[in-house]
Amino acid sequence: MTGFPILSLMLLVPLVGAVLCLKSGRETARVVALIATLIDFALGVVLWTHFDIGGAQWQFQEHAALFSGFDWKLGIDGIALLLIVLTVFLMPICIGASWNSIEKRAGEYYAAFLLTETLLLGVFVAQDLFLFYIMFEAGLIPMYLIIGIWGGAERIYASYKFFLYTLLGSVLMLIAMFWMVNEAGTTDIPTLMAYNFPPAAQTWLFLAFFASFAVKMPMWPFHTWLPDAHVQAPTGGSVILAGVLLKMGGYGFIRFSLPMFPVASAHFAPLIWGLSMAAVVITSLIALVQNDMKKLIAYSSVAHMAIVTVGLFAFNRQGLEGSMIVMLSHGIVSGALFLGVGVIYDRLHTREITRYGGLAVNMPYYALFFMLFTMASIGLPGTSGFVGEFLSLLGVYQESSWVALIATTGIILGAAYMLYLYRRVIFGEQANADAAKLPDLDFREWAMMIPLAAVVLWMGVYPESFLAPMRKDIGALEARVAMAKPKGDADVKTGAERTATAAAAALASAQLKGAK
Amino acid sequence: MSSIQTIVFAPLAAAIIAGLGNKKIGAVPAKLVTTGALFLSCALSWPIFLSFLGGHAQESITPVLDWVKSGDLDFSWTLRVDTLTAIMLVVITSVSALVHLYSWGYMSEEPDQPRFFAYLSLFTFAMLMLVTANNLVQMFFGWEGVGLASYLLIGFWFRKPSATKAAMKAFVVNRVGDLGFMMGMFGIFLVFKTVSIPQILHDAPTLAGSTIGFLGFRFETATVICLLLFVGAMGKSAQLGLHTWLPDAMEGPTPVSALIHAATMVTAGVFMVCRLSPLFEMSETALHVVTFIGAITCFFAATVGTTQTDIKRVIAYSTCSQLGYMFFAAGVGAYGAAMFHLFTHAFFKALLFLGAGSVIHAMHHEQDMRYYGGLWKKIPLTFGAMMAGTLAITGVGIDDVFGFAGFYSKDAILEAAYAHGTELGHFAFAMGIFAALLTSFYSWRLIFLTFFGKARWEQSEHIQHAVHDAHGHGDHAHDHHHGHDHAHGHGESDGTAGYHPHESPLNMLVPLAVLTVGAVFGGFAFAQYFLSEGTGEFWKGALVFDESLIHAAHHVPEWVKLAPAGVMLTGFAIAIFAYILNPGFPAAFVAQFGFLYRFLLNKWYFDELYDLIFVRPAMALGRVFWKVVDIGIIDRFGPNGAAWVVARASRGAARLQSGYLYSYALVMLVGLVGAISWVIAR
Repeated sequence: MTGFPILSLMLLVPLVGAVLCLKSGRETARVVALIATLIDFALGVVLWTHFDIGGAQWQFQEHAALFSGFDWKLGIDGIALLLIVLTVFLMPICIGASWNSIEKRAGEYYAAFLLTETLLLGVFVAQDLFLFYIMFEAGLIPMYLIIGIWGGAERIYASYKFFLYTLLGSVLMLIAMFWMVNEAGTTDIPTLMAYNFPPAAQTWLFLAFFASFAVKMPMWPFHTWLPDAHVQAPTGGSVILAGVLLKMGGYGFIRFSLPMFPVASAHFAPLIWGLSMAAVVITSLIALVQNDMKKLIAYSSVAHMAIVTVGLFAFNRQGLEGSMIVMLSHGIVSGALFLGVGVIYDRLHTREITRYGGLAVNMPYYALFFMLFTMASIGLPGTSGFVGEFLSLLGVYQESSWVALIATTGIILGAAYMLYLYRRVIFGEQANADAAKLPDLDFREWAMMIPLAAVVLWMGVYPESFLAPMRKDIGALEARVAMAKPKGDADVKTGAERTATAAAAALASAQLKGAK
Repeated sequence: MSSIQTIVFAPLAAAIIAGLGNKKIGAVPAKLVTTGALFLSCALSWPIFLSFLGGHAQESITPVLDWVKSGDLDFSWTLRVDTLTAIMLVVITSVSALVHLYSWGYMSEEPDQPRFFAYLSLFTFAMLMLVTANNLVQMFFGWEGVGLASYLLIGFWFRKPSATKAAMKAFVVNRVGDLGFMMGMFGIFLVFKTVSIPQILHDAPTLAGSTIGFLGFRFETATVICLLLFVGAMGKSAQLGLHTWLPDAMEGPTPVSALIHAATMVTAGVFMVCRLSPLFEMSETALHVVTFIGAITCFFAATVGTTQTDIKRVIAYSTCSQLGYMFFAAGVGAYGAAMFHLFTHAFFKALLFLGAGSVIHAMHHEQDMRYYGGLWKKIPLTFGAMMAGTLAITGVGIDDVFGFAGFYSKDAILEAAYAHGTELGHFAFAMGIFAALLTSFYSWRLIFLTFFGKARWEQSEHIQHAVHDAHGHGDHAHDHHHGHDHAHGHGESDGTAGYHPHESPLNMLVPLAVLTVGAVFGGFAFAQYFLSEGTGEFWKGALVFDESLIHAAHHVPEWVKLAPAGVMLTGFAIAIFAYILNPGFPAAFVAQFGFLYRFLLNKWYFDELYDLIFVRPAMALGRVFWKVVDIGIIDRFGPNGAAWVVARASRGAARLQSGYLYSYALVMLVGLVGAISWVIAR
């Protein structure tokens, strides 16, 4: 594949599709959108199969100088590869989810969606700092429109909140970027990843980037935009928001904060841990009392993303790889859960949990899929959710048993709120006559559920497919942060050593006596 | 494909076929494929077990697939077979196969049979993965897998709110235990740099004298790890504190109770402690805790068992109590005795549950023993099976002649506890002896209330419905007629309400017969392998086998040997006195000691306590964090506050661009000031 600009092509295809969609009516637009996303998915598969695992760190590189200090520079490593594959995998499913539910201004809707795809992919392939920034920020705009135009009743407030929060961070990040380029004299991300900024500067640079990534993640207490955005967004928007957009925060930490500011990262690790622990407990408890299905899943996303941050700031192999797997898994699983909500929302037009009940009777296959995704969400071994969660938590235990303990309570609370949801929606008597008449999954919905379910099990049983491509890159990152890695609280003292010290002490005191 | 792979994966394949095929393939094919798979697994398991008994089998490890490789952490899907696994294999596959068969009869009126059988087979697969695990993570996979299957089966009748509530409770309470299990695994990886069980056990001796920092304190490394893992075991095996889910789990169909909540899943904790016995041996503190928790659970559950009126709940508390025996056996170092009690208990407790199911079947879903009575003539075969089970659990037998299954295993445990010689060992012995008295009492109480005395069926709503239907009033809307108006309409004065219980069909009786054989001869036939001196040969290092403890247990004072028989007879005598000779006695006792009775009937108020200190506060906190913190503080001073400021500012500075630009600028300003002040302040 050398020389063939596949990354540019992947950015171009949805862009062309978007232009075509703008000009078309609903019927044509959705077909165009589906074809465009499927082409991109095919290209993603090609990308994955041609990615040389264990080869060069940066592959499929493209470079064209545009104007001073600003280059069209693309390239991916294993980490980016996996997030790209996640994006192109979820996109056709989002189009499928929108197939019948979007009626007004459909052409523009699909155009906005395809534009989002281009920009999201751009975030992951960009190797130029400002190119990254543009993609990172511009990605908000179509998403903002999707919520603001095709959203629910409170869409204006939701989109406003979403926009305000995400802007907050990005302004600071931009300032930090200017300073960095000035200091290092390059906009090349791989170069910057190896550049040693002065520790004092790292501190404020870290905080500036943190502001942006913490909002995107989102970390508690910068999360309140997420429940509103999810509740108001159309199903496809929720899927992509939870599935990919939230991953930009984690990707940012992996790509920028950790390798570029390792000293500051270690310095601020307790802050991150504290916020993450708070997020796990607080947002899980909030999820427990929700009556709106989407809000519940949105709050659960915050709790899951906190597992990502504790894993990242464990500074070790298991934590880092675990965080990546949590991100991939959460992308699939929360996407699938939002899709599941969308399936019944399309039928009954309500997200109120109490309006459902007993769906296992009339929608048995739906109940089966929902069970699988519920179990994946609460991290049942054998599903994707477990592998990442286990690795992340295991990783952070090496650093702090307190953090591991509090973060692991998420497995209890997660089970409580998800099973409570399942119990109220799927189990029980068919209390509502209209809910009792809902038909089971149709062909389109099967076609969306099957791939998601397959990936959930694949990642749970044989995650090596996903661990292998990033192994070398995570290794490089681990080596990079190793210099600042804090000492764990476990500090195991073996019996042998202790006897040795005791013996030494005894010897010393004997000598002391002898000296007297 | 080797036989162990067939044993483990045949049930999985069957579960997938029956579960996905569901109504498309119909009930009979689904039942055939699942039951067939289980009988196949069972047929392949026994030769493995017998070859270990014969002493010529070696442990084997069959790799299946890589699972996770992350730095030093590396674990795969592997099937390990050694003595310990072989025992579990026959227990699981035998009971499961019989329960599958039994369910053909028990669930025959159920419209949703494929789903039921799919869950049963799925459970069996997960349980087999648990016991064949060669690393802790795969054990955890099985651990959670059986939890899932248990959740699905307890909630099988998902229309019943009580069933789905119990299902959820089982899962969530087990997750509390899983928190411990996971933390234990993290600790193990931290210390040993591996999660492979043989590797851990090999390196366990290096923990001697080692200390570790945990939650800001310093502890013995082995103690921290073992206690964390033991929290997991407590959850799965329903030990005191984490036991509350087990009685509620009786909401599931009775065959499920027999398989999961008696014979197999709940013993997983005991299995884990035995499997990791070399590690537990490194921490005296941990073993003390195991002993103490086991002893106290065995006592607690037996006390509660004496007052319950639901036949299944009595047996459930009995299970909880028997698990306590197994734990304190392990705690005092008698792992062989613990495993042997696990083995015999699986057969006699499954028998008791399936027998209870047969009674419930005969009594038209009535589970309350207050409405039974006089059944032995009506269902004599079931009565015989229940008698065998009762003789086994109460431990009837004569030394060196013959005893029912529980006689060997329970006596071995009690003697080992006494022989352990420590105060804690004596405490466990005392608790065990007292629990044995109660066990005998509640077991015979169950028998007398169910099978003897006068029929009291007419007070049962279930029976009233049955009679009503049988008399063919042709009124199918009988849901509207709750109650007693039919009861007295048939002119029966013998308490039967004119109802005729029938013995269960053959497919239910055959499993009962097979398990009866197990309950009668299981102890007699296998005791020599599990318990006698020199059976280190049999275990081959699969668990820690303490020759000297066995030796000491064989030489305890005579009164210690006779005590179990004595209390067993006493319990029997009290039961006869209270429920046969003097039927007014229980009511009089309750009137006299109302407080004690209510305390036991309400299960020591654990559920109420937990509701008060965990469930309600969690919900209340959730609401506070949501309404007060998120909306009242973060939103109010965050985005809404910004909007307010922008609105105020725009009024002053008119005609500037959109509000968003303002917030942009404002936020930028605030951020800059914050960042600069940070830099300066440092």
